[in-house]
Amino acid sequence: MNGSNQRPLLQLCGHYFLLCLLALICIFPFWWTVVTAISTEGNIFAFPPTFWPKSPSLQNFTEVFRVIPMLSFFKNSILITFWTVFWKLCLCSLAAYPLARMHFRGRKLVFGLILATMVLPSEVNFLVNFITVTKLSLVDTYTGVILPNIITAVSILLLKQAFEEVPQDLIDAARVDGANEWTVFWKIVLPLISPWLATVGILSTVEAWNDYIWPFIVMSKPDEFPLSVGVLYLSGTYGSSTRVIAAGTVLTILPMLAVFLGTQRFFMRGMDGAVK
Amino acid sequence: MMKTSFKQNLQAYLFLAPALVLFAVFSFWPVGYGSYLAFTDYSLIKPTHWVGLDNFRYIFDNAMFVAGLRNSLLFLLIVPIIQIGAITLAVLVNNRLPGIRLFRAAFYVPVVTTISVVGIMWGFMFHEQGTLNYVLLQLRLVNQPVGWLSDDSIALFAVMFVTVWRGLGWYMVMYLAGLQAVPAEMQEAAILDGANRWQRFWKITVPMLRPTIMVCSIMSVLAALKAYQEVLVLTQGGPLNATFTALYYAYDQGLKHLKLPRGLAASFVVSICCVAIMLLCLRYIKPKHR
Repeated sequence: MNGSNQRPLLQLCGHYFLLCLLALICIFPFWWTVVTAISTEGNIFAFPPTFWPKSPSLQNFTEVFRVIPMLSFFKNSILITFWTVFWKLCLCSLAAYPLARMHFRGRKLVFGLILATMVLPSEVNFLVNFITVTKLSLVDTYTGVILPNIITAVSILLLKQAFEEVPQDLIDAARVDGANEWTVFWKIVLPLISPWLATVGILSTVEAWNDYIWPFIVMSKPDEFPLSVGVLYLSGTYGSSTRVIAAGTVLTILPMLAVFLGTQRFFMRGMDGAVK
Repeated sequence: MMKTSFKQNLQAYLFLAPALVLFAVFSFWPVGYGSYLAFTDYSLIKPTHWVGLDNFRYIFDNAMFVAGLRNSLLFLLIVPIIQIGAITLAVLVNNRLPGIRLFRAAFYVPVVTTISVVGIMWGFMFHEQGTLNYVLLQLRLVNQPVGWLSDDSIALFAVMFVTVWRGLGWYMVMYLAGLQAVPAEMQEAAILDGANRWQRFWKITVPMLRPTIMVCSIMSVLAALKAYQEVLVLTQGGPLNATFTALYYAYDQGLKHLKLPRGLAASFVVSICCVAIMLLCLRYIKPKHR
């Protein structure tokens, strides 16, 4: 960029000051929640508030496992997330492949329909999807939670782009050798786009883990809630014990925070190129 | 275009079939069937009758829905705030200063946090004896603790603030990608010509970001009209129904009170607004790369 070294020191300090101030606003609620979760003494809501843990311990974390089915919540979240991502990768890459590499009638129409789902206000669909899931007797099942979240236009578009980058020669050579489309797809093309599968996988892992509204609508038995739903349920039931709620909250976000911090570049694609 | 054989077509559609079925059931069916049901007295237990515009008459006579619609329009106030905030953040982190990756991560963390946790955490922050009130009291910006989520004239703005807080990082990444597409030579040439930072921002950065600003603003407008998750986790529409939005009303009627047709009528109204805005945008903004 424009030579940060020559910039006057004062300006640089101002820049960092502004960054720190804004970062503070973004992460302060997290900090406060963590402090509350690992402290065991002092009033929670008091002036001045505690900004630093007092007599830290993990007592609240053991407590949260005792008072609510935290282990089940974890298990449910992992199940829902795993199967959502698994089916998404399978079915979206299956759908993206012919759109990118096969000739067939109605390709433009199909592609147009997929694009159209991006334009439709899909957040509005939850009422009819609830009816559909009820009619299919999928209420209170993970299938009901997973099914509507498997296919998204964005994933298909990303994977279509990935398939388009595979050299045509490779595909032609395989076809000439007598490989059928399935073999071409499964043995040759799919392994080549694994970095893209990883991108879609990571982004949709976070998405599936964080999904709140839909599992909240479909699941009604507290034991079967995923974490995102369970943790808010916890705050309704054990409203008095803020420290325990804070501990549950920390446990809910920790896995995705780890995923995000470990794979930051997948979330900020487009950054790498220019800043390198 | 080469002629395609029956076998080729069959193969392609076998690949596509699972995705198309799921799209049909969970994306297209809701639009058609939902629109139809909005004009009926549908319930999960009785036979369905066509009732014409009754549901719409009902919701437009209903103070809660009308207030919700007004609040959804008020929510549009966050669009310029988020966009200006996100551009500011993007400009601040678009460099190679030490530790900049850490700041980018910090700004993005709210985006990868589930909405229920956001609701819990901001519930703590907005508590009458919470940190926000403490800081404002210390800075002498307020004289007594504010009931952020309990005062019906303030609660909606508190909810809107949380939406902004949650959205900034996402749009920041969009703008960062836009900024990094600005050729460095342009900036360098402008420096040689003696343009200062402010001039360079307005004469080079902003015009180059124009397409990104357009896309982000449209997405932000649509998201604002459809806001309801924040309401669900923070206030559940209260206090005194002051934080109802149009779509929260749809949720409240449809799933809490199981008056599905009323909920569907309300979401029909929201969809029509969204589609109208999309069509207007498609009509007046010609994408260059198609």
